[in-house]
Amino acid sequence: MYRYDEFDDRYVRARVAAFRDQVERRLSGALTEDEFKPLRLQNGLYLQLHAYMLRVAIPYGTLNSRQMRQLAMIAERWDKGYGHFTTRQNIQFNWPTLKDTPAILSALADVGMHAIQTSGNCIRNVTADHFAGAAADEIEDPRPTAELLRQWSSGHPEFAFLPRKFKIAVTGSPNDRAVTKAHDIGLRMVRDGDGAPGFEVIVGGGLGRTPMIGKVMRDYLPKADLLPYLEAILRVYNLHGRRDNKYKARIKILTHETGIDVLREQVEAEFRQLKAAGPDATTAVDAREIGRIEAYFRQSAFVKLPATDASFDRACETDAGFRAWVETNTAPHKQQGYRIVTISLKPIGAAPGDASADQMRAVAEIAAHYGLDEIRVSHEQNLVLPHIRLGDLATVFAALQKAGLGTANVGLASDIIACPGMDYCALATARSIPVAQDIARRFSDPVLAREIGKLQIKISGCINACGHHHVGHIGILGLEKAGVESYQITLGGDATETAEIGKRVGPGFAFEAVGPAIERLVQAYLALRASPDETFLAAYRRLGAEPFKQALYGGAGETPRAAPPPPAPVFDTYHY
Amino acid sequence: MAREPSLQIVTANDLLEGDVVFLTPDGAWRRAPEAAAIAETPEGAARLLAIATGHEGKVVGPYLAEVTLDAAGRPTPTHYRERIRLKGPTNRLDLGRQAERQSAP
Repeated sequence: MYRYDEFDDRYVRARVAAFRDQVERRLSGALTEDEFKPLRLQNGLYLQLHAYMLRVAIPYGTLNSRQMRQLAMIAERWDKGYGHFTTRQNIQFNWPTLKDTPAILSALADVGMHAIQTSGNCIRNVTADHFAGAAADEIEDPRPTAELLRQWSSGHPEFAFLPRKFKIAVTGSPNDRAVTKAHDIGLRMVRDGDGAPGFEVIVGGGLGRTPMIGKVMRDYLPKADLLPYLEAILRVYNLHGRRDNKYKARIKILTHETGIDVLREQVEAEFRQLKAAGPDATTAVDAREIGRIEAYFRQSAFVKLPATDASFDRACETDAGFRAWVETNTAPHKQQGYRIVTISLKPIGAAPGDASADQMRAVAEIAAHYGLDEIRVSHEQNLVLPHIRLGDLATVFAALQKAGLGTANVGLASDIIACPGMDYCALATARSIPVAQDIARRFSDPVLAREIGKLQIKISGCINACGHHHVGHIGILGLEKAGVESYQITLGGDATETAEIGKRVGPGFAFEAVGPAIERLVQAYLALRASPDETFLAAYRRLGAEPFKQALYGGAGETPRAAPPPPAPVFDTYHY
Repeated sequence: MAREPSLQIVTANDLLEGDVVFLTPDGAWRRAPEAAAIAETPEGAARLLAIATGHEGKVVGPYLAEVTLDAAGRPTPTHYRERIRLKGPTNRLDLGRQAERQSAP
């Protein structure tokens, strides 16, 4: 994986020193909170409900074991012993203090990490397919592209104050695991007629209060043109994106209001100008620099292995739990004799995406010993060991089980995405985590979960949609209605290459009514599906919303319910 | 029927630690809500908030929160957001103010 060069190191350490000074000036009164707030946000430090929160960038979700151990150390020394992996492939610490934050940032810099551009109206941490460099269906490893974008976008002076935040996702596979169609720019690797890899450029996707699927701006962009073309898009957006209304400031609104064809003309004109200025005047990248970056990702440590492994086959035959885990939590690898392992951070009843310091260290140990020292964070809030030998899988599974990380539920109903919601987040209008916990418990029976099959439930605690509810097969959005939590359910969302925004099916549900409602939905699906191979999403697409609405709100054999039941108190009042 | 005038307290986050704190009648900031100054009128609430906004060196983001009084006269936030903020994450009873109560002798 990529390692910081001297420039990166100097840049990050200079930022740590600057922030230390900014904190001191805030504490001395030399800076007001209004002056300080944008500075702390530029360093990933938010103020949440109970405490500050530090969002740490994990570029394209890639970590090595040393970095993961450092995150564990930070969690223990300066936080409360755990961290939260996010849908942006980052990690958040929920309890740091302001006075400790410069020391935390310094500890991050020691392992080539930082919290820069994890907030603010800039180009945020670039995300990528979490199976990058390992996936059997990959055209090319997208990480060199993601790293190039990281370097280009880090501290880019022209794009430090965009109309709004800007998110870029990259995938090298036709099967989109990076939700590229719900990003400001999505890059999907494709080949041209001669077989040369390039990118389909998708613009104007996004979730939030106005969800939109991105539109194709270019069917094929040669790799060499990537930075000038993205620069052209960002310039047009920077010029024409709305700054009068933050809710209409994302490029998805510009794309929608301008129209993709007109916007494309503007971008292509800007691109032509940039190209005409010559390579010295543009951000066109020297092939040697591309080669330098690619060299970091060339995986030379793979060993030539047979396609099968006797010990693996034996373990599959004798251990049903292992076999089940292999089926759900591992994926084909491009290199013969290897598998990709997804570590579920969704043990039944746990907060999605949370990992304790001990668990982080356990994952680091396993990655160092069995996984070529690589770890990924997925936008689905799981961890990935991308390169595990078939013959090591049983040992890895045992080690994960020991750490409480052996849950075999990846892709199943209990593998739920949930934002922190009102249990932590200052923007939230309702809780997400307890809803996810309740639903996961209802589908904790592995036999039932497997019978249901692939099902993506995604929960957000506010309209900002950090929990990606719009693209969940079942989406749940927590809002406040008349002083209590109320949850809207959407159906038919899709986060993949066939992306769709889910549709709201009816009135909201009270907190306690959400779990039973989801159970009714799933039972209806089981009764309605054409065959066990027809997924929930496929059944929904075939049948439409009506039968599922009936299941949610009452139909044949059920008492129709005009309104959700009155909410029971979710917690008692505070007494000392 | 006219709505009963609401009682309000001022809450914020401690600048250094980030903890949830409450403005007391003597202009200090305490972590215990029962120590909070309670405004019974809109004018009183505005006065409390004006005091709080002058404490930028101690706290961040002061605002008014509506409360009711329990039988012992202690303020309890009426909104669930403020109750969660006061107690801690509802999925982690070992964290936040609620954990301190649990571990208290």
